[in-house]
Amino acid sequence: MPKELSPKERMAIPRHKMPEREPLERIKGFIEVNLGYTPELAMAEAQRCLQCKKPLCVEGCPVNIDIPFFIKLIEQGEFIEAARVIKRTNALPAICGRVCPQEQQCEKVCVLAKRGEPVAIGHLERFVADFEREQGEVKVETAGFTTGKKAAVIGAGPAGLTVAGELAKKGHEVAVFEALHAEGGVLTYGIPEFRLPNSVLEAEVDYVRRLGVEFITNFVVGKSATLDDLRAEGYQAFFIGSGAGLPNFMGIEGENLNGIYSANEYLTRVNLMRAYLFPEYDTPVIRGKHVAVIGGGNTAMDAVRTAKRLGAERAMIVYRRSREEMPARVEEVKHAEEEGIEFHFLTAPVRYLGDQHGWVKAMECIRMELGPPDESGRRRPVPIEGSNFTMEVDVVVVAVGVSPNPLIPRTHAGFKLGRRGEIVVDMNTLYTNVEGVFAGGDIILGGSTVILAMGDGRRAAHYMDLYLKGEFKP
Amino acid sequence: MFEIKEKKELGKDLCQFRVHAPYIARRRRPGQFIMLRIYEKGERFPLTVSDADPESGDIWFIAMGIGKSTKLLNSLKEGDKIRDIVGPLGKPTPVKKHGTVACVGGGVGIALIYPLVKAYREAGNRLISILGARTKELLILEEEIRSNCDELIVTTDDGSYGRKGFVTDALRDLMEREKVDFVIAVGPVPMMKAVADLTRDRGIETMVSLNPIMVDGTGMCGACRVQVGGKTLFGCVDGPEFNAHEVDFDILMKRLSAYKPMEEESLRLFLAQGEGNTRVAGGE
Ligand SMILES: Cc1cc2nc3c(=O)[nH]c(=O)nc-3n(C[C@H](O)[C@H](O)[C@H](O)COP(=O)(O)OP(=O)(O)OC[C@H]3O[C@@H](n4cnc5c(N)ncnc54)[C@H](O)[C@@H]3O)c2cc1C
Ligand code: SF4
Ligand code: FES
Repeated sequence: MPKELSPKERMAIPRHKMPEREPLERIKGFIEVNLGYTPELAMAEAQRCLQCKKPLCVEGCPVNIDIPFFIKLIEQGEFIEAARVIKRTNALPAICGRVCPQEQQCEKVCVLAKRGEPVAIGHLERFVADFEREQGEVKVETAGFTTGKKAAVIGAGPAGLTVAGELAKKGHEVAVFEALHAEGGVLTYGIPEFRLPNSVLEAEVDYVRRLGVEFITNFVVGKSATLDDLRAEGYQAFFIGSGAGLPNFMGIEGENLNGIYSANEYLTRVNLMRAYLFPEYDTPVIRGKHVAVIGGGNTAMDAVRTAKRLGAERAMIVYRRSREEMPARVEEVKHAEEEGIEFHFLTAPVRYLGDQHGWVKAMECIRMELGPPDESGRRRPVPIEGSNFTMEVDVVVVAVGVSPNPLIPRTHAGFKLGRRGEIVVDMNTLYTNVEGVFAGGDIILGGSTVILAMGDGRRAAHYMDLYLKGEFKP
Repeated sequence: MFEIKEKKELGKDLCQFRVHAPYIARRRRPGQFIMLRIYEKGERFPLTVSDADPESGDIWFIAMGIGKSTKLLNSLKEGDKIRDIVGPLGKPTPVKKHGTVACVGGGVGIALIYPLVKAYREAGNRLISILGARTKELLILEEEIRSNCDELIVTTDDGSYGRKGFVTDALRDLMEREKVDFVIAVGPVPMMKAVADLTRDRGIETMVSLNPIMVDGTGMCGACRVQVGGKTLFGCVDGPEFNAHEVDFDILMKRLSAYKPMEEESLRLFLAQGEGNTRVAGGE
């Protein structure tokens, strides 16, 4: 065991960089960019934590992971134990360690961030989760009894996976209904392999399965059976985690030309359907030379880096605000820059121009300037009149956000909906206005984050458990 | 996994399948479709459910072997397995009594209008079917449709059977001869467009069933975008049936051709492999 360091000594240690694959090497394929900490790096990074009495990082974490405690365990080399501490409040640490916007959450408020660089909490979380999985030591704590109550979870995204796992641990019989042929939601069809390898996700899904949860894929609730049909089959409580799968388009001229994709379609073709391995896999995707991705979020970063990997000469982000307003994770922007992605800020498309066969060949854009803040608190982009110019493009990916999936509200009357079609719930219990039905994740938040979806899942599971036991009467 | 319980060859490279899918069988209405993925590396593609029996839990669908996926499907045998089937998807046809209904089917479209012919007849309409094929050998489901309608008119491009000419010629004559209240057209895009042009002038309500390229089939990707009445709609959730007079067929045609070179490559590789590759179905 290393000797106890003084706070001063701890603060003198610089943050340990995440080992990564070289940009020129990684853009040749879809292999994961980050290599992960070694045990030595993890223990060294853990030494930087000051073990604050009032840890701000815990408050910054949407699910309040006991961060100093798990970091302490890493410092002592107790990696498996550290993983268990995280799993008390976060069911999917290998995923969150990879995709959470730590710089806006725990790491943003870490005391070290004021003086320099925060503890690499995300990298450490990822390390212990990977360590546990790779050692094959993932312990499954099944309930060991059954309550005889049945719960149906709709959607196998992070929200649904979390609810299902938690309810199974409490002894309920749980079935997850998933519309697609694979589990994971956005984690499967949206987030690419180079950021979140499928094997990591599969292990998490497998963990939930081993808790006793049954997964029923190829089942669209509302189409294959309605909520009422499932009720008639004996399900007593429901969780809707159907996500925000409805892609937004901008409604501008030429948007239906060939070569123009929604980010959902582009990423689904490549990730879920493996179009990058065409013709070994049957699903094709258009590999553009000049690819423009419209938007500045994680989805846009994933799409543009995918385009680069599919061989684009120019892979460009076209974003109507400036760098500071981009909602993407900082690490993704950094990786994108290293990979030679071009950024066109304060620029927005106004129409697409096509050739006689219906293919997009150029995009007319307008320059923007930032005006006063809008309702999101970010400065509103205002078009500069007469600043129009055209850009040559052969593939465009529209990544300007998604809306809540309308399928369930459309096929079951009575759900209270918000302005953008989100299902309205009681924010404490996640109970909807429909008997026995809870909801969480992107379906109530609009496009949000994995950790918030998961947090919803945990809270909903708590109240669903009470509901099933007759102890929660809304 | 969905086992093929029964396979029937209806014509050249045209097969009808029966599989057990009780949820789909129970809820499916005419006009709805399923998405299939035959094997692990396969693409997701839509096929119309041609019939369903809620009692036995079986559904039927018909595939014309055109690209790799449909040819692969048609190469499967009874007992083989299809990896994924999901549905029923899309809006059901709003079947009702119009009076006299003309169902126009061209090529593979004939397989799609067959369930509609039955449904509209059962709703009490006088039903006249017009089926068109390039040549006699390609005409399908003639007897099945004949026994479900009041009158059947067949056209072939080369005159080898029925009347020589296009379905639109037959439809025009029909409309001269008697009052038609509602027209349904399913077939190649140029055929549907021609029918739409013909009935627009006469103000006869007309419905077409579109077949845009789809990926998920549940409204998540927008691959199936169609332009209808100047608005962008999703074929898989807002359709597949639309008012023929509002559809932008030119855009549809162009979008359908987007992957032509790749589809050809896929098919070429598949055919070059020969029979052996049918073993992949239902497997890894
Ligand atoms: C490309 C991309 C990158 C992202 N990157 C990040 C990131 O780096 N960090 C981060 O925190 N967040 C990121 N997000 C956001 C994050 O992925 C989502 O907030 C999160 O996945 C929401 O989880 P969910 O469980 O609510 O829904 P989803 O993950 O959307 O899952 C919903 C599931 O429900 C299924 N479903 C829908 N309707 C039905 C139905 N009627 N019947 C059965 N099944 C149904 C869907 O098929 C889907 O599988 C990203 C999103 C995208 C699109
Ligand atoms: S705020 Fe930073 S230093 Fe303090 S306990 Fe949390 S991670 Fe450690
Ligand atoms: S096929 Fe994806 S939205 Fe229609």
